Amino acid sequence: MNDVSSDQSVPSERPTVALFITCLVDLFRPSVGFASLSLLQRAGCEVVIPGQQTCCGQPAYNSGDYRGARALARQTLKQLEAADYVVVPSGSCAGMISEHYPRLLEGPWRERALAVAAKTYELNAFLHSVAPARLPVVKVKTDSVAYHDGCAGLRELHVRKQPRELLHSVCGITVKELQQPEVCCGFGGTFCAKMPQISARMADNKLKDVQASQAQLLCGGDMGCLLSLAGRASRNGQPIEVRHVAELLSGDLSAPAIGKDT
Amino acid sequence: MEQKSDTFLANAATAMNDTAAAQRRDIMAAFTPIIRQQSIDGFSSYEPTRKHLKRVRQHTLNHLAHYLAEFETQALANGNHVHFARTPQELNSTVLDICQQHSARRIAKGKSMVTEETGLTAELEKAGLQVIETDLGEYIVQQAGETPSHIVGPALHKSADDVRQLFLDIHPLGERELEHTSDMVAEAREVLRTHFLQAEVGIIGANALIAENGYAMLVTNEGNGDLCANLPPVLVICTTIDRVLPRAEDATAMLRLLVRSATGQPQTCYTSFYSGPRRAQDQDGPVEVHIVLLDNERSDILDSEYRGILECLRCGACLNHCPIYQSVGGHAYGWVYQGPMGSVLTPLLTSLEQSAALPNACTACGRCEEVCPADIPLPAMLRDLRAREYTEKLTPARWRFGIAAHAWLAQRPRLYHSLSGIAVKLLRLLGRRKGYLRHLPFAGGWSSQRDFPAPQAATFMQQLHDKQRRERQRHEH
Ligand code: SF4
Repeated sequence: MNDVSSDQSVPSERPTVALFITCLVDLFRPSVGFASLSLLQRAGCEVVIPGQQTCCGQPAYNSGDYRGARALARQTLKQLEAADYVVVPSGSCAGMISEHYPRLLEGPWRERALAVAAKTYELNAFLHSVAPARLPVVKVKTDSVAYHDGCAGLRELHVRKQPRELLHSVCGITVKELQQPEVCCGFGGTFCAKMPQISARMADNKLKDVQASQAQLLCGGDMGCLLSLAGRASRNGQPIEVRHVAELLSGDLSAPAIGKDT
Repeated sequence: MEQKSDTFLANAATAMNDTAAAQRRDIMAAFTPIIRQQSIDGFSSYEPTRKHLKRVRQHTLNHLAHYLAEFETQALANGNHVHFARTPQELNSTVLDICQQHSARRIAKGKSMVTEETGLTAELEKAGLQVIETDLGEYIVQQAGETPSHIVGPALHKSADDVRQLFLDIHPLGERELEHTSDMVAEAREVLRTHFLQAEVGIIGANALIAENGYAMLVTNEGNGDLCANLPPVLVICTTIDRVLPRAEDATAMLRLLVRSATGQPQTCYTSFYSGPRRAQDQDGPVEVHIVLLDNERSDILDSEYRGILECLRCGACLNHCPIYQSVGGHAYGWVYQGPMGSVLTPLLTSLEQSAALPNACTACGRCEEVCPADIPLPAMLRDLRAREYTEKLTPARWRFGIAAHAWLAQRPRLYHSLSGIAVKLLRLLGRRKGYLRHLPFAGGWSSQRDFPAPQAATFMQQLHDKQRRERQRHEH
């Protein structure tokens, strides 16, 4: 696959943004990738989607395979270096690139990692504070929405108010706050497969919190958490609609919610 | 203490099945962070103190031999005996010797995680001594034949009903109600008083050792430490070499962080400094004081990338904020130290092989690091331990294979994209109409607890590729 510009006719003062799709969005929810692409364009960016991107290396990294993680880090950096900004629709993958690549790599690669880290943003943070244009207002059919703060986004990147303010200004949604928004949902990458019972209990606690908020839709910025929560809710028979925040901000809820189908 | 960390998952399952206990843990996990936060919010110099103490601890650890020597000189000058113990066995036999020299039969013991680490009580009991734990939590746990579930609150896993029933069973005090917690506390106090008065040796721990004056500092909420220290004629203080701090003001700085992080109090009820045996002009105090300093792997940790864990204050905040500790409780960890700090410390003090599950009991959510007053990068240390497991082949073969295969494939983008395209089509077929899959080949862990959301039509990369091809074709025609 070749690198592709989404729109050839844009003026050159528009910053170029390399969109790192993330492996989970690529595999499970391409609609989030297209929503992110469209949001970035609406926010005045020229978007490039490097064609050789695969996975940021978190599974290897968190499982202790640092060698495998380093190889993927170098490969990913090469894909992203050329753009003015790197934007990622996932707090944990953005955190991997901006916080962990520089720790993982050494020598000249560390320098390259630091350079990319300085221009890498989680999607909400970028749209909120960096993008040249404000997002146009959209209509969404629901206003009963809770937001799940992914841990890496929250604590490594300090993404907290940005999605809430965007949801408010773009969709007119006031997020229903959870009682314990800073508590992990139990996904944890490979953790949920290594310790499924503990992970499920943590997901149940989060889902209980969501239920108590009376929100009908749960959105968030991390595909991993969302897949895990939707999967657990489905197993429990809890009728909650789970979506990525990009879907709401783009105003396009035509795809069935995660784990639901027609 | 006997280690049961190798059965972490089974221990955890048992703990989660006890729904009443699980509910109590959920309540604790909801409110302990709130009281800690309130206390930190009311302490305007929290961050500067944290930074200052970090520098002091790092400096001390960099010159540990120097400060230990200074402490020893000062402590000896104050009339104490100072012993160094390389191994847990050495500490136990040193303490046993002291007890036997004084023909002691009864020991009053204060809370000390270090002596849990060495299994001191069991050793003393083997030699025919009667050892009574005098910290209320430790006393409850000892009488119930259990082990501590939290480094700060050893009996946090017990409900008031549990304790009431226990006391009614073990204290031969006739008919009584013990309706309120205060009744139980009063009863324990009464029972323990006799032990304090009869004991020939008191054993306590220490939160810090002060090099400049040779003092040991101890904080408690019940004052039992002071009774252990002052009533019996012989006092033994057991702690580890990493507890030493240069100056008295460093110890008080540590205190400001420790207590707020542990219980949300600005100060504990009792803060004691033990200088040494009673002097001619003193009215009370022990006649003889021994300070036993344990190494047990700490010199090695000092030379490793895990040296930061030696800066731990033992405040327990990382446990209180860990969602996994909340879910499984302290006993699941199977040893003296629990939660994030325990998952780092246990493999280092025992063996990684015996405790291989512990470094994996982490989602890297980062809350522990955020609240740790010693600013220890716990999630990174746990990750590094997983890396050691990976290189030492302690990671299960199935996992190693999966991780390696994924990384190999992800380094071959063309192959990766075509294979993932096929995989997505397959999953899509399996999850047709419902939108999710109940069972998934090769993902037993996931599908034991969760449905698997089915992917959308094709991968993003494929859809993008197809879109571009269609656009190109439109241009050509
Ligand atoms: S690691 Fe930090 S938070 Fe945990 S007990 Fe030690 S000092 Fe407290």
